[in-house]
Amino acid sequence: MRLQAPENTVGFTFDGQRYRGVPGEPVAAALLAAGVRLVARSFKYHRPRGIMSAGSEEQNALVTVGRGAQAEPNVRATMLEVAEGLEVFSQNAWPSLKHDVMAVNDLASPFLGAGFYYKTFMWPKPFWEKLYEPVIRRAAGLGGLSGQPNKDRYEKAFAFCDLLIIGAGPAGLMAALTAGRAGADVILADEDTAMGGRLLREVEDIDGQPGADWAADAVAELAGMQNVRLMTRTTVTGAYDQGTFGALERVAGPRQARKPLECFWRIVAKHAILCAGALERPIAFPNNDRPGIMMAAAVRAYVNRWGVAPGKTVTVFGNHDDAHRTAHDLVAAGVKVAALIDSRDDVEIKADFPVYTGAQVIGTKGRHALESIAISHGGETREIRTDCLAMSGGWNPSVHLTCHMNRRPTWREEIASFVPTPEAVPGLMPAGACNGAFSTAACLQEGAAVAADLARDLGLKPKVTVPVADDGAYRITPLWAVPGKGRKWVDFQNDVHVKDIKLAAQENFCSVEHMKRYTTQGMAPDQGKSSNVLALAVLADATGRGISETGTTTFRPPFVPVSIASMGAGSQGKGFAPERLTTSHNASVARGAPMIEAGLWYRPSYFPRQGETHWRQSCDREVGHVRNAVGVCDVSTLGKIDIQGPDAAGLLDFVYTNMFSTLKVGRARYGLMLREDGHVMDDGTAARFGEQHFVMTTTTAAAGQVMRHLEFVLQVLRPDLDARIMSVTEQWAQFALAGPYSRTLLNTVLDDPIGGSDWPSMACGDVQVAGVTGRLFRISFSGEHAYELAVPARYGDSLFRLLVAQAESLGGGAYGMEALNVLRIEKGFITHAEIHGRTTAYDIGMERMISRKKDCIGQSAATRPGLVDQDRDQLVGLKAVGAVKQLTAGAFLFEQAAAPVRVNAQGYTTSVAYSPTLDAGLALGFLKRGRARHGEVIRMVDHLREIEAMVEVCDPVFFDPDGGRARG
Amino acid sequence: MRITCPHCGERDRREFYYQGDAVALARPAPDAGAQAWDDYLHNRDNPAGDTQDLWFHEAGCGAWIVVTRNTVTHAVADTKLAAMVKR
Ligand SMILES: [Zn+2]
Repeated sequence: MRLQAPENTVGFTFDGQRYRGVPGEPVAAALLAAGVRLVARSFKYHRPRGIMSAGSEEQNALVTVGRGAQAEPNVRATMLEVAEGLEVFSQNAWPSLKHDVMAVNDLASPFLGAGFYYKTFMWPKPFWEKLYEPVIRRAAGLGGLSGQPNKDRYEKAFAFCDLLIIGAGPAGLMAALTAGRAGADVILADEDTAMGGRLLREVEDIDGQPGADWAADAVAELAGMQNVRLMTRTTVTGAYDQGTFGALERVAGPRQARKPLECFWRIVAKHAILCAGALERPIAFPNNDRPGIMMAAAVRAYVNRWGVAPGKTVTVFGNHDDAHRTAHDLVAAGVKVAALIDSRDDVEIKADFPVYTGAQVIGTKGRHALESIAISHGGETREIRTDCLAMSGGWNPSVHLTCHMNRRPTWREEIASFVPTPEAVPGLMPAGACNGAFSTAACLQEGAAVAADLARDLGLKPKVTVPVADDGAYRITPLWAVPGKGRKWVDFQNDVHVKDIKLAAQENFCSVEHMKRYTTQGMAPDQGKSSNVLALAVLADATGRGISETGTTTFRPPFVPVSIASMGAGSQGKGFAPERLTTSHNASVARGAPMIEAGLWYRPSYFPRQGETHWRQSCDREVGHVRNAVGVCDVSTLGKIDIQGPDAAGLLDFVYTNMFSTLKVGRARYGLMLREDGHVMDDGTAARFGEQHFVMTTTTAAAGQVMRHLEFVLQVLRPDLDARIMSVTEQWAQFALAGPYSRTLLNTVLDDPIGGSDWPSMACGDVQVAGVTGRLFRISFSGEHAYELAVPARYGDSLFRLLVAQAESLGGGAYGMEALNVLRIEKGFITHAEIHGRTTAYDIGMERMISRKKDCIGQSAATRPGLVDQDRDQLVGLKAVGAVKQLTAGAFLFEQAAAPVRVNAQGYTTSVAYSPTLDAGLALGFLKRGRARHGEVIRMVDHLREIEAMVEVCDPVFFDPDGGRARG
Repeated sequence: MRITCPHCGERDRREFYYQGDAVALARPAPDAGAQAWDDYLHNRDNPAGDTQDLWFHEAGCGAWIVVTRNTVTHAVADTKLAAMVKR
């Protein structure tokens, strides 16, 4: 019911029914205004539930917003803003909220108590996965996901400040004013749509003006300060190390085109003040969960802020003075108060409505909404007709963020609740209600004092002026659970009631952590915000201990649920990993080459030609180009590291197993790099362009690792070496020209053609390519006469197109990764498929490359007996010799007669190819004592793909073993 | 988590590459023997408290940094250029 007719309303729907609401007010307020009481079914028992709170702590009124791919489940109706055309749906009910068939769970409740699942569904084991779990999940639950890709936009952002103030109630506003006026760089964040906190909801004055007006003035003053950033609709969700906070901003409010739905902030603050306020806690009386039973402060919020009366005839039930406000505010707003029930004996209340002191609510009636309550007063039971009950069991300071770094809060007897433990989160100071200071005056005082201290810490000179406000004492006599029959709900979100907790204690789950897991109290999205203290009190009572001895569970981030989409904003699809493209990318794509990922790089798989329908046809042809004519391949993705300085050669001697100081200028050499533990890290070539200048190449995969490694050597292990390194991978486009006609091809692009003996094998140096200085290397990864030609990256695209066109006129063409792989397997050249981190120089037959004339990384460890044991798996070639020609990588090797089981495995395959050159299925692999077993026929078994083949063990160099083709 | 790079100042830990225990700074002599090399390569303490480890400012200046931090509280007590740490 609305207290006044609103000026401007918009239409929205709830479960298909049309309603009107004021733009920006919570959907919960609009539904209450329309007299909608039943809004949800409970998690486990499917009990009818209504709106309970007026904030993010809402346990009952979880709804789904929107439909299809954009459906957003588990949105709190108390935080969702009314907007034209908004579609809202209830959850966890079928076929409808009123007639939910799963409500049968409620009738079965005597069997469904705490621990029911653990006890019942133990056996037989397979039944759990296949039967019990799916059934339980369908019956118990929250809103579901659409299963479709989310079309909404999300963002993430970073912010930095001197002072982050969390919460903009009286304490937060006062803190922001104090620090802001002193000139501090302040961020003030609040999860509400407007700042002011409880000042927006209560009837009280500050400095003689209504609290809401004072708050509006404060916000206006703050908005005018250059050094203050105001963030509304922003919930600070977690406190992390070194002053980092997570925060979720509901950017769009009501869904708006072009705006992201949510933004996840990482805010780094030198200091932070927690002004998160307090949350009201329920009282556990029988059937305290009917729609219409609400928190007392929420009733005031709907009446005072939103002009909505949650009922026609309201009763109030509480155990402290604050509850009386509710009755007075209702009367002032013209709503009928049926009764005020105060559990305390020692209070005197004058009012023109019935007041019962020393009384308790002992029962409620009403199937889909509250109709009446029963109270016990002076030994008598009395029934009161009422459609709304405002309850308050007291206030729990919102200590959550102070627990995020594993510290637990401290029990304070006089307020019967927990307060933050000092220094619980370094740099985070609590102030106001979250610190147990409940009066407005105390909040203003603490906010100003803490902010002034921190401003002084920042070297500023703050002035403290605190306005006059209400300073009423908070007098509470704890009331947790009311005696009597019926279920008394403690955790409304998880459907946990008093008896569940008592059962846990009875079954010896007396520790609060055990009770929590046994009953599920305090789990799920709500995290026990409203129920933890009450549950603890019930457990303490059941175990005969005090609350402080019983202990408390802790709170973990996030304070409110954070959608994965917001945390992963920008990381979907192409945003998941940056793309590195070579200069030949466009030309390759234009030729129809399927691009495959190589780390972050994209490389062409093969270049299909007309009439080719299978990748193998293209691959075989490209291998033929290289073996018989000439092929062109972009090899720019290999890491290129420029090394200069008087000790450049000394650095290479230390990081490679072999010698580089003896290398002549104008020559390149293959190098093997070990990790310090004696295993192979990487291999490649290093070319000497000057006495003090080398260019090292690494494999594509290990480029980053090698760079870190070289920096470590230079900065830490060998600071005596005077050398500098720089990654130049992106600066050079480099192409392999391989095949018998490679020199012919090269000479078509060089300004000064080279002769047959000018560039012997492993020569390197500068050349002119159409007037551009490039680098030429006579190196081969295919076993053919080959060159690698590098030019500054900006010329890469045109050089690639030119080389490919010329190669085609010579009967060759471009080749991709598939052909490159076949070519190198035919020659027994290794890649990271072979040097996979567990292989040693000995395993790949290169132990003689470890020079004994110098120290190098990995040298000491490489000589350990275990790493040179002749029983180790050694690199071999494998050739299919049986009926089955297809070999697969990752298959196991067995002796012919041995059963193909793990204990008999003698090795494995690492790379495979069909060789068109040799018309054979080839593999590289590792075999126990493999080098001594050339000629032996063994069995390859791929258990996964169910392929078995007979293979002959041979030298890994299948083709042109004496290397004459590359040298010639 | 925030780490102060001695060159660049305080930065988000996402800018850094984590290596492991700073024991890697003290490389034994080639002939130090199997035990010394085994300790250097493989044996690590697992303290509940202060630890020193190596981070590489990969998305920054490229410095190797020795970070002294507490494994219980996550507090970072000190950061130094690895090149400046006496061994
Ligand atoms: Zn740095």
